[in-house]
Amino acid sequence: METFSLYTLQTYWWLLVSIIGALFVFMTFVQGGQTLLYTLGKNEDERDLIINSLGRKWELTFTSLVMFGGALFAAFPLFYAVSFGGAYYVWMAILFCFIIQAVSYEYRKKPNNFFGKHFYERLLFINGSLGIFLIGVALGTLYTGGNFIVNEMHLSHWTKASYGLEALLVPFNVAFGLMLVFLSRIQGALYLYNNLENKALEQRTLHALKQNSIFFLPLFLYVAGSMLFQTGYSYDVHTHVVSTESMKLLHNLMAYPLLGIVLLLGVGTLLYGIYSALFKTNRRAVWLSGLGTVLTVTVLLYILGINHTVYYPSLADLQSSLTIENSSGSHYTLFVMAIVSLLVPVVLGYIFLVWRSMDKSKMTIEEVKSDTHHY
Amino acid sequence: MEHAAELIDWSRAQFALTALYHWLFVPLTLGLTFIIAIMETIYVKTGDTWWKKTTQFWMTILAINFAIGLATGIIMEFEFGTNWSNYSWIVGDIFGAPLAIEGLMAFFMESTFFAVIFFGWEKVSKKMHLTSTWLVAIGSNLSALWILVANGWMQHPVGMTFNPDTARNEMHDFAAVFFNPNAVSKFLHTISSGYVLASVFVIGVSAWYLIKKREVMFAKRSMIVAASFGLLASLFMLTSGDQSAYEVAQTQPMKLAAMEGLYKGENRAGIIAIGLLDQEKQLGDEKEPFLFSVEIPSALSFLGYHSLNAFVPGIHDLVYGNEKHHIMSVNDKMKEGKLAVSALSNYKTYKKEGKDTKAQEALQNFRAHEKYMGYGYLKSPKDAVPNVALTFYSFHTMVGLGTWFLILFILVLYFTMINEIEKKRWLMYAALWSIPLAYVAQECGWIVAEAGRQPWAIQDLLPVGMAASNVASSSVMITFWLFAVLFTGLLIAEVKIMLTQIKNGPEAH
Repeated sequence: METFSLYTLQTYWWLLVSIIGALFVFMTFVQGGQTLLYTLGKNEDERDLIINSLGRKWELTFTSLVMFGGALFAAFPLFYAVSFGGAYYVWMAILFCFIIQAVSYEYRKKPNNFFGKHFYERLLFINGSLGIFLIGVALGTLYTGGNFIVNEMHLSHWTKASYGLEALLVPFNVAFGLMLVFLSRIQGALYLYNNLENKALEQRTLHALKQNSIFFLPLFLYVAGSMLFQTGYSYDVHTHVVSTESMKLLHNLMAYPLLGIVLLLGVGTLLYGIYSALFKTNRRAVWLSGLGTVLTVTVLLYILGINHTVYYPSLADLQSSLTIENSSGSHYTLFVMAIVSLLVPVVLGYIFLVWRSMDKSKMTIEEVKSDTHHY
Repeated sequence: MEHAAELIDWSRAQFALTALYHWLFVPLTLGLTFIIAIMETIYVKTGDTWWKKTTQFWMTILAINFAIGLATGIIMEFEFGTNWSNYSWIVGDIFGAPLAIEGLMAFFMESTFFAVIFFGWEKVSKKMHLTSTWLVAIGSNLSALWILVANGWMQHPVGMTFNPDTARNEMHDFAAVFFNPNAVSKFLHTISSGYVLASVFVIGVSAWYLIKKREVMFAKRSMIVAASFGLLASLFMLTSGDQSAYEVAQTQPMKLAAMEGLYKGENRAGIIAIGLLDQEKQLGDEKEPFLFSVEIPSALSFLGYHSLNAFVPGIHDLVYGNEKHHIMSVNDKMKEGKLAVSALSNYKTYKKEGKDTKAQEALQNFRAHEKYMGYGYLKSPKDAVPNVALTFYSFHTMVGLGTWFLILFILVLYFTMINEIEKKRWLMYAALWSIPLAYVAQECGWIVAEAGRQPWAIQDLLPVGMAASNVASSSVMITFWLFAVLFTGLLIAEVKIMLTQIKNGPEAH
């Protein structure tokens, strides 16, 4: 345990949280697909096909979100306490948006389901749109800050009675949320393009991909540009006093050029994925856009925690701001959990194997109809 | 930072609401996944497609139940942050670990292989499918393991030290947390109770078919699998329940006293088989606690301390102290606790001012009294007493019903074996009506575990009043009602869908 310093473990866990967050963002293709249900599916059979294709993946996305929360709790419990207990309404609203997803696939077409099919489809739409938007807003506050105060006993409270909803007034947060919504729709379209065998749907899918990419690109440029060029927050290595620093995240990238390269690679891969689907009818484009998304999001989250950067600034009291050093679990716990994290490749491995064996052939309307269990 | 009573009440109400709803769905999943795995194993071993159909029918029931279990489950993990944020900081260093491990080890296993067992019949080999079914069963039970490690730690905190600089408890012994005897017995008791519920469920549904004189072979075969599984589980549940009670006696004597309505401690304490509590009874008065009771002599001494003669402390002894049996009064513990709280505060102040020697003195002072720090936050000694009636009745309902299920399994198994089960219509009706009773027993069990340890979020360490998030009570009230409406709506949908599936029967599948 002594071989790894506390700071090394904090950095390791921040990287891991960033990766899990990035994988979750990729997996929101399920949510994106849900919002495209009526855009793409023009009749009942087509919609059933879309639902059944997404329905075999939704639990993985859901689990990634739970895992993201669990990793934050174990590794950075102060963030868990400060943000969840403070930005109460935002997190509660996010939870509601995911609770309603969990039943909707299974109950949508079951006879005697009390609310009717359309109700569950609406729930899926809310989950895909509002749910993802709010997650984006919440992630946005990592860059723009929250209104909290942490006292000397490390107990915290929020200073605004809107308990987090005030984040909706910050243009960056809103843009972040919208960007995630369009990104998830891009991924959703690419996933369906890859997973389904249906001529009519194909054309509509590519059309939706094009439309959403047009909305996504300017939002992404604005968000990424703001992140890198806006004033950030750093803390002194010895005194831990927090102060503002212009273009903090850009400085971090320059301090770690490798991360800059990975970021550029990620963005390039994402864009090439979209391009290759639109202009080269590349059915596997989802893997390119997926890889690109994971790399991009990982770097953008990771640089927020390293190089003595504040990852959750407090707008109410700058010195209450959270850093990976002042908000983490103990040396012992981080070490134990680091050993547990060796399971991550095993989990990713079996997910990969199962995914491959289940998706060997493209899904068709006939298959959905003949399956013993379908959504 | 103690909070207003109203905030604490709403926070507790919300957590109780979500936990009770969540627990309507978990035990069926815990047990049904195993029953399905057994059925599919028979199918793969014999090649009899009839068993495949049966497996698929119960899988559909599982899917309907599983979906709403997920929906109600996600909220609980996040509520530790949203509603118990002080808790998240003060014990998160220990408590967060099992939750994260649960996600990594169990949830991914469940969710990955869940898709295979429903949609993989034609896509993967028979063996791979069967393996997936077993992995779902193991995954859901593993998830219960880690949750109960977390819960067991709340009941009996071990393996940590208080760090005055960070003002929180920090883990120093993961093995102690994992092998916490309280967690082990809780886990075994909880999963076996889940198996019992699932068995009662399968038997009850099968009984309904027999009453309606349909699906006869399906019903009888399902009954044999479920009754055998349930009988084994019941025996297992008895032993783990006994072990649980022993653990409670050692670590949570107040809970044990409340479970039995024992106010005045005694040697050769008995267990109340049936009893009616006197609502007028107040702590400290000389009234008999029961208006009426039938007692099994010496049983509580034996259950709690494995000796017929042992002294079992009552609520009165635990609150006011008992010199003869070396029990410290709550008042004295509160004095100690307050000393610890102020010493910690002094330590912080001196440290900030750079007065290191004084800080060290304060720290020593803190260490001398820290054992009872949690009591320092209580307002009155009576706060240390849980709701006795709620704990007592829940406990006795649970035990009574558990005993009935054991009898039910024996009867069903016997009459199915001698092929006379259809003639015993009274037994069919009893089995059918046992389904709701099994749910009642489950909820009662958790009420004993959680309400019985009030006021503690972490036993003796952190009262609920100190653990809650510092938000406006009106916001918690709003989300409470939103949850209540949403979960009730979803529950109605779930029950309706499930009943329709059962009515349609395995043949429609």
